Amino acid sequence: MPRIIVCLKQSVDVSQLKADPSTGRLVTAGVSRKISDFDKNALEEAIRIKEKNGWELATVTVNFEEVKASIREALAMGADKGFVVLDEALKGSDTWVTSSVLAKAVGKIGEFDLILCGEASIDGFSAQVGPRLGELLKIPVITYARKINITQKTVQVERVLEDQYETVEANLPALVTVTKEINEPRIPSLMAIMKASKKEILTWKLADIEVSAEEVGESGSGVRIRDVTVPQVGRKKIRIEGETAAEIAEKLVKELVKEGVVGK
Amino acid sequence: MGEKKGVWAFSENMELLKELLACGSPLAAKLDTELSAVLLGGDMKEKANELIKHGADRVLIVDNPNLRAFHIETCLAALTKLAKEKNPQIILIGATKNGKDLASRLATRLQTGCTPDCSQLFVDEEGWLTTKRIVFSGNAIVTASYLKTPQIATIPSRTFEKLEPHERTGNAEKISMSLEEPKVKIMKIEKMEATDVKIEDAKIVICGGRGVEKKEDFSFFKELARTLQGQIGNTRPLAEDRKWFSSWVGLSGKKIKPALYIGCGISGMIQHVAGMRDSQVVVAINKDPEAAIFEVADYILVGDLYEILPAIVQELKKTLN
Ligand SMILES: Cc1cc2nc3c(=O)[nH]c(=O)nc-3n(C[C@H](O)[C@H](O)[C@H](O)COP(=O)(O)OP(=O)(O)OC[C@H]3O[C@@H](n4cnc5c(N)ncnc54)[C@H](O)[C@@H]3O)c2cc1C
Ligand SMILES: Nc1ncnc2c1ncn2[C@@H]1O[C@H](COP(=O)(O)O)[C@@H](O)[C@H]1O
Repeated sequence: MPRIIVCLKQSVDVSQLKADPSTGRLVTAGVSRKISDFDKNALEEAIRIKEKNGWELATVTVNFEEVKASIREALAMGADKGFVVLDEALKGSDTWVTSSVLAKAVGKIGEFDLILCGEASIDGFSAQVGPRLGELLKIPVITYARKINITQKTVQVERVLEDQYETVEANLPALVTVTKEINEPRIPSLMAIMKASKKEILTWKLADIEVSAEEVGESGSGVRIRDVTVPQVGRKKIRIEGETAAEIAEKLVKELVKEGVVGK
Repeated sequence: MGEKKGVWAFSENMELLKELLACGSPLAAKLDTELSAVLLGGDMKEKANELIKHGADRVLIVDNPNLRAFHIETCLAALTKLAKEKNPQIILIGATKNGKDLASRLATRLQTGCTPDCSQLFVDEEGWLTTKRIVFSGNAIVTASYLKTPQIATIPSRTFEKLEPHERTGNAEKISMSLEEPKVKIMKIEKMEATDVKIEDAKIVICGGRGVEKKEDFSFFKELARTLQGQIGNTRPLAEDRKWFSSWVGLSGKKIKPALYIGCGISGMIQHVAGMRDSQVVVAINKDPEAAIFEVADYILVGDLYEILPAIVQELKKTLN
């Protein structure tokens, strides 16, 4: 049976992030985790392809901390099986390491026809892991899809770029990264959630995919993070008030002229 | 850091390539090495001269018929060969969508790291490249440095101001190579609706969000834009859900830094703010007194945009005449 693999990243929920007021550093501990937004679009697209063509759908996730709840959600949405590489040694890995580990995991999963990724992850937003993985697997890579069409042997994709749309085609197997506009991810029904509890999540350690601890984490990476700080916004926050809209407008325009951004 | 030497710049977009030279110039100076621009394609003599005027010490020109129309795979193959032969220590690539795709794959082929969308770049005490960029949807700035070479970074347009052109001497070096046919075939290209001035270039941007009920209501915005000679922008849902526009301002859209930004009916979600944070003066109009956009605004106008916008147009017309 043809198979689609979706790469799901578990990200921090960015809407819950706060800075530590004493250091100005970002606090991610205790912030809830979820499937990265665009990856849900990738998953939804894969489910639609599966439903139409009767393909098998597996997800794959690499992380150094627990991800089961996220994978359960993916299974409830419609994935058949979840593969997870979970190992503490992965902490500090860059996109190069992450994509290399994903490539090893995909190799162990076996044959596939299509891999879908998100355009970028909501926390890292590097847009690197997809193209890197395709490169490691030596298959065609197509980024920024807003429409995907599958035939037996090919994938046709409409890409959305800064100022143009591009229709491209490649032979399967291929890797495609999707944008948010490609679809609206479904919310699983209670029934689907219950059924999903019977589906399988397979967890591997690094050793199971023949990767050593030295190859991952900071020691295996090409880039290391030195510091994460919170940007300061020095805004004036002046409230312009008035009885009427005209009065408010008058006060605003005066300020803008003073600022030198309006007028001569 | 081994034998690797030289700072390279590449973008399929000529203007962005000049900005990359402005970024690379101090890096090359600090490392006491050459700054090269890479040109892929046909007849490039004039372009090469222009790049030298904008700061390149050397222009590496690969002339191959397969490079005349842009294709990520042929560029990737050419850059990989070139880098393996010449061993640059830093490669700067323009962070267009294609450029980011290309950079990720180049970094993979060269077995190295890549930092995307950098806004600041410098060389540390030990000679490693260090970059700063926004992560967590605009919630944080991460400082990163490299552990391997070449050190690849992508840089968005308008992050660096291109250098004033002046007459200088530089080398143009032609390289020929064979390249395979790409695996992905481009079947069709369709240009998006173009506006006269790009929003990234506009001095004044008036941005609308979901608080605008109908597309026709953008007529207020148009009038204000005309009065101020500004451009109109919008949030992502107006493009994606309502299909009124083909692009938007924000993390996943355009980054703007106008002298004046006026946001109307925009809640100020972090992903939108990431695209307008660097505006010089920010005015926000929202009927919700608690709207998050007010946290990043200089002038806060609590009220209905349908009342306030026309009043501003009226007032401006009076003032500007
Ligand atoms: C991964 C990801 C990437 C994203 N990237 C982007 C991006 O690049 N750019 C982007 O814009 N969004 C982006 N988004 C979406 C973003 O999270 C917000 O959903 C979006 O910015 C909200 O748009 P809005 O402010 O127009 O709408 P809303 O959040 O619905 O806000 C509408 C506002 O209008 C106000 N309002 C209503 N009526 C009136 C009136 N008559 N007068 C005055 N005020 C009124 C309301 O009080 C409200 O605050 C992204 C989301 C994700 C998940
Ligand atoms: N740790 C991970 N596990 C599985 N997939 C990932 C992981 N990191 C990134 N991806 C995939 O790669 C895409 C791009 O991620 P990024 O390079 O972090 O922007 C994501 O949308 C995912 O599809």
